This record gives sequence, structure tokens and C-alpha cells, in this order.
Amino acid sequence: MRRVVVTGLGLVTPLGADVETAWKNIIAAKSGAAAITRFDATDFHTNYACEVKAPGHEYGFDPNLRVDHKVQRQVDPFIIFGIDAAGQAIEDAGLLDMTEEERFRAGCSIGAGIGGLPGIESESLVLAAKGPKRVSPHFVHGRLINLISGQVSIKYGLMGPNHAVVTACSTGAHSIGDAARMIAMDDADVMLAGGAEGAICPIGIAGFGQARALSTNFRDDPTKGSRPWDQDRDGFVMGEGAGVVVLEEYERAKKRGAKIYAEVIGYGLSGDAYHVTAPHPEGSGAFRSMQMAMKKSGLDLSEIDYINAHGTSTPLGDELELGAVRRLFGNNIETLSMSSTKSAIGHLLGGAGAVESIFCILAMRDQIAPPTLNLDNPSENCAGIDLVPHQAKERKIKAVLNNSFGFGGTNASLVMKAV
Amino acid sequence: MANQEEITQRVAALVVDHLGVDAGEVKPEASFIDDLGADSLDIVELVMAFEEEFGVEIPDDAAEKITTVGDAVSYISEHQEG
Repeated sequence: MRRVVVTGLGLVTPLGADVETAWKNIIAAKSGAAAITRFDATDFHTNYACEVKAPGHEYGFDPNLRVDHKVQRQVDPFIIFGIDAAGQAIEDAGLLDMTEEERFRAGCSIGAGIGGLPGIESESLVLAAKGPKRVSPHFVHGRLINLISGQVSIKYGLMGPNHAVVTACSTGAHSIGDAARMIAMDDADVMLAGGAEGAICPIGIAGFGQARALSTNFRDDPTKGSRPWDQDRDGFVMGEGAGVVVLEEYERAKKRGAKIYAEVIGYGLSGDAYHVTAPHPEGSGAFRSMQMAMKKSGLDLSEIDYINAHGTSTPLGDELELGAVRRLFGNNIETLSMSSTKSAIGHLLGGAGAVESIFCILAMRDQIAPPTLNLDNPSENCAGIDLVPHQAKERKIKAVLNNSFGFGGTNASLVMKAV
Repeated sequence: MANQEEITQRVAALVVDHLGVDAGEVKPEASFIDDLGADSLDIVELVMAFEEEFGVEIPDDAAEKITTVGDAVSYISEHQEG
């Protein structure tokens, strides 16, 4: 099987719209949560979220850097975030000048969990108010989930596999895992892989609010809302943004002298087959997903130094994931560190697994575990494991595991190591 | 009722916004497709924008004949409601 390495990174997050800014703020234990600005959320279940900040903000996002004005007018925010993150990644990898032959073997696997919810909402209102002749002709292809991959392939001339995963909050991790397999199976040599989301809109907040999934108790200080494993956690804080990596066949990357961030060595997938929103009560899906990824990696359980947990700050999910980690890793949990960066940037849904994989890679690069914010009073089940409370922690990190679990009972785990 | 010059300015502003082109490129003889980079769906959207902006109705057969900026200005001038 061909080896697959990561040679480029791109991030659009609530704490920064480039890799170094976002990472610096994560390590500095900043929070991207604040009152929602996109619409008046006063009367909604919650009025806070982790929005990508506007241009002009200290760490705002300027869509004009990489997305044409015309495209910006036609597509939903998740596509704009995705195009920009993909652009960052391909620039970082030094692959802007691939030949046509190379571009035949370069593809995209960039998905989303929900896709163009804001545009579906707003155009539905246009339809109701003004009739079908006023619906945008760009409505469909400006909302479809595979249109990040579509737009990115057109912009950069990538003619290899063009794919888009839709597995709710596991999307980003599945996207990277599936794309890595395409390279391993010789379908492509280079893949832009990741996920994006931009669903902070009235129907999005109302929908997740009605599903009883959102944090609602921290209107006075939204930065306290996302608190994985803390006793006062009460749901996730919605985030938005995108993460995209360049995956590349190892020999090719080595030959061209590429900067190699990490190798993707394990990928696990499973289904809970239990409930549409609640995790399996014994965490069996999470356990089997991690177990498969570890088996594929060939690593001993003792070799995992850092786990970026799914850890969404929901009452049930955090405990069950921790229980599954404890069962799989046994006594090895005493020497690893596990944290949830959702405590800082909220839950990026379809973008989460990709953004968090990038944080895992940066944790290996800089030998530092990012913190879990707001972990003031850990649940009693948290004894005996380092959840990196409040502050980043310098430590040896040579191999990492990233978990993502989604509605529908879909689970994905990735194992990566330094090369 | 808007005069020709005002219509031209408002049409140009819509074209700049929708197609992301420089104002200097939006000349009367400029073709939406050949000179301003529009595709057929962009034109559908532009025609909708003209209808909203000027309160005119532009049927499909008329819309097909609007291929330049000047064509749009002429049609709107002739058909806008007083």
C-alpha cells in the first residue's frame, strides 16, 4: 500500500483565518465564542456561537483573498470558507504550478455536514414572498455540499477524483480518511481533503436548539459555554469555518522536497446502529472506530501521545467517549493527554474533524497539547487522565488520534504520526 | 421616471456587483458573455436584478435578445412604467 503524508494546511476558524493565527490563539487559550451577530438571536434557544470574524477584526476572515467576488455572491458561507482553506493548503504545499499530467492525478474530497442552510432558508423566504421567478438561478449549486470540491477543482484545475463526504460531524475526518485511501489505492497522487460548515443562521440555531443539542446557560459569558467534561456543560456551542489538508503520496512528496507535516497511518470507521442523535450508551461505535484506526496504524496503544477528542460539551457524549478511550487504552491513558479544542472554537460540525486533525498535526510540530477551556470541575469519571485543563501543555507528541462522531451514529478516527 | 443617463448608471452598478468586473469595463457595447465573463445563469440573475431595480417585466424571449449593456439600458428605457 502506498504511504500518504500531509504536505499542506489551511484553516478558517473563529479564532483566525490562517493556520498560524488560529493555532497561536488556540495555544493562548482564547475563546472564539460571543453573541451571534448574523441575526438577532435574542429570542432563540441560545444567543451565542463561535462565528468566523469579519474583516477588520484582529483575527477576521477576508473572503476577497481567495474567492472571486462573483462566486461570493452566488454561494453559501461554507463554500467560501472551504475554497479559502483549500487555497491556503495548496499554496502551503507549493503545488500551485502542477503540470496538466499532475493535475489529472490531483483531486478534492472536501465535504460538509449540512451545507447551505442559510441560503436554503433565505431563498425559501424569497419563494414564499415573491414566487418561483425570484429564486436565484444559482440557488442549487450555491448550496450543494459537493460544491466546495467543485469550485476548488475549477479554480486550481484539479482533474482527479472529485468527492464530497456528508456524514454530519464526522465529515471532516471521513474526508481525510477516504482521500488518504484514494491515494493509497493509486486513484490519485494528491488530494485536497477536509470539511467546512457555515450554518449559523436562524433555522440552524432553531433546529439544533429544538434538538436540545446547544449550550444555552451562558448568555452572560459565552466564552464559558463550551466546557467539555465539566460538570456544568449543557450542550455544544455552534462554530463555523473550514479545514483542508493537502494529502500526497509519500515518495512523490519526498522526491520534490516537500515539507512533510505528518503521515496518515490509521483510519477507522463504524456505525452505532442505535439512535439518530444519542450516542450508543456503551460508546461501542466510538470504541470500534478507534480500535480499527489503531489496528491499521500498526502502533502500540502506548505510542499515542495526544488525542483530540470529539468532546462537544454535551452531557452524554463526553462521558461515553472518555469511557471508550479508557476501555481501549487501559493503563496507557495515564501517559497520554487528551483535549477538546471545541472548548475554544465551538463545534464546526462538518469542518470539525479536519480542523482538529490540523491541530493534531500542529501539536506534533510544536510538541504542545492544546488546552480544554472551562474544565473547572471535571466529571467524576475523569480521574486518571490528563484532559489539559485551561492551559496548553508542552510535552512529547509523536503520534496522535483524532475522533469525530456524528448524528446518525457515524464514527471516524484518524491516527497520524510525525515522519 | 428615470432618464437614460440614470438608467445607465444603475444598470452599470448592478453589472459590477453581480459579475465582479471593474466599472470601466461596463461600456454600452460590452457583451455580458464575451466581454464581462458572464454565463447563461449570470444573465438570468442579472435580468431578475433589472426587473427588481426598475419595476419592469422582462419576458424570456426579450431577455434572450439582451446581450450587451446597451441592450439592457434600451429595453428598460422603453418599457419602464411611468
